[in-house]
Amino acid sequence: MPETGGAPVLEVAGLRKEFGALVAVDDVSFVLPPGRSIAIVGESGSGKTTIARMIVGLERPTRGTITACGHDRSRPVRSARDRRRRGREVQIVFQDPYTSLDPRQTAEATIDEVLRLHHGWPAGRRRARVAELTELVGLDTRQARALPRSLSGGQRQRVAIARALAAEPAILILDESVAALDVSIQAQVLNLLADIRDETAVSYILISHDLAVVRQLTDEAIVLYRGEIVERGRTAQILDDPQHSYTQRLRASVPRPGWKPARRA
Amino acid sequence: MNGPLLEVDGLTVLLDVEGARRAVLSDISFAIRPGEAVGLVGESGSGKSMTARAIGRLLPRGAGVDGSIRFGGGDIGSLSGAALRRYRGQVAMIFQDPRAHINPVRRIGDFMTEALRTNLGVPAEQARRRAADALAQVGIEDGAQRLRQYPHQMSGGILQRIMIAAALLTEPRLLLADEPTTALDVTTQAEVMAILDGLRRDFGLAMLFITHDLELAAAICDRTVVMYAGQIVEVRASGLLHGDPLHPYTAALAAARPDIAQTAHRLRAIPGRPLSAFEAPPSECAFAPRCPHARDICRAGVPALAGLDGGQSRCARAYELRGQLQEVPRA
Repeated sequence: MPETGGAPVLEVAGLRKEFGALVAVDDVSFVLPPGRSIAIVGESGSGKTTIARMIVGLERPTRGTITACGHDRSRPVRSARDRRRRGREVQIVFQDPYTSLDPRQTAEATIDEVLRLHHGWPAGRRRARVAELTELVGLDTRQARALPRSLSGGQRQRVAIARALAAEPAILILDESVAALDVSIQAQVLNLLADIRDETAVSYILISHDLAVVRQLTDEAIVLYRGEIVERGRTAQILDDPQHSYTQRLRASVPRPGWKPARRA
Repeated sequence: MNGPLLEVDGLTVLLDVEGARRAVLSDISFAIRPGEAVGLVGESGSGKSMTARAIGRLLPRGAGVDGSIRFGGGDIGSLSGAALRRYRGQVAMIFQDPRAHINPVRRIGDFMTEALRTNLGVPAEQARRRAADALAQVGIEDGAQRLRQYPHQMSGGILQRIMIAAALLTEPRLLLADEPTTALDVTTQAEVMAILDGLRRDFGLAMLFITHDLELAAAICDRTVVMYAGQIVEVRASGLLHGDPLHPYTAALAAARPDIAQTAHRLRAIPGRPLSAFEAPPSECAFAPRCPHARDICRAGVPALAGLDGGQSRCARAYELRGQLQEVPRA
């Protein structure tokens, strides 16, 4: 069972990002307790991916602080050692499984490299862990030894998840990680992510526009609109009884049995 | 006219895949009546886009085509030159990514009026007026101004509306819409869907709506055709597809999708992955390896697409499984 007590694994406070005159993220704050999962919901341009990129360290906040596992990460690192430590705090799985892997590296080599870099284990121990991780994400031996070009989109996404987990991060950011997958494969990967959450202490930050996916994987959610949080709370409650007019419109736009699309007046 | 507008009959398409001649579509048959909206639903590799390309006469060079496609009673396979251009004016296509189908360095107005000016000889000023009117039909009010702009100056949602408006300009009778909302935000998707639905009601435009989303198809389509591995596996009234499917694949697809109204402890995933047509076993049901209902009979041969309860199903056990494929509430 995930613990709910203890210091938060992530604290984001007063986060702001400007790109020139554009304010992409404005005064965003949230806290992620260990073992819990939070969704950041919004449409294109809402700032959700910019928040993910700032947490990972791919963008520098204009203002505000990001604290993961007790360490500030709002500013760039100064040493390789600190960079590796940050890698063990936060990992990310991107949307497109076709561009996020090295085309010349097999799944095994991809995972092995992370184990070597982050844990410095001897070859035997790494081999055993590679086997565990590929098994955990449901890749068979042949797939684990294959280059990305001979794997399907779902299989590649499993490699990306295994690679992220190899660093044993406290936080795993899933940035639209199942959006590009076929429905039947998406269900497999969502079940896999639910199993991993139940079996490890990892916390998810799920960046998604897909409210049904958000519902399956997160305890809490924040809804972003034009860079600002317009609603936050328990995921189930936000979806069943949205309070903000934007959340209500978002919820009403989701196709479901009997749904009829309506033009806005 | 009461006969079908479009009749696809026994369509089989062969392509060279990795050095061998393989079927990417096999034995596709369905019809669309004037003003009718038909959904074409399937996962990647199912052949849904290839079916639309065959209807649009846009198959890759060297494709082998068997069977026939008739439009307004005439076979389209033999069309060429002016007759083919005329046909393409009657059958418009819109695609998933509007940015990939519009010239980024030309103004919207030039893009929209090109077919009118060059193919139909409409004078430039009149063509621009018609383009602005078409933009108004898809909910773009400042049409005259938009015509002077470039694609990069607008959002994906506006651009997709422009693609729809451009498709309407030649007054087509059939619209082939290939995942037209997949790249759009969900609130924008709802608006584009409402526009498509309105066009059908107001102008009697027939539509083939291609998507991977059963519920999206059901929102604007009368009937839905479900494809798997290059074959049609089910044809059903769209409203019945979710609650009363005829084929185990349709049932499994509906059950695998996460439900926005309910948290499931586990989703009912379909084991394995979707097969492409050329990977499908030649002498058994293509879905059998992933099907929870598969028995020996399913491996005895490729089942025929047979009529059942007002729909059609390509399942050897379809009759026997009647009433057992409905979605049971999740645990």
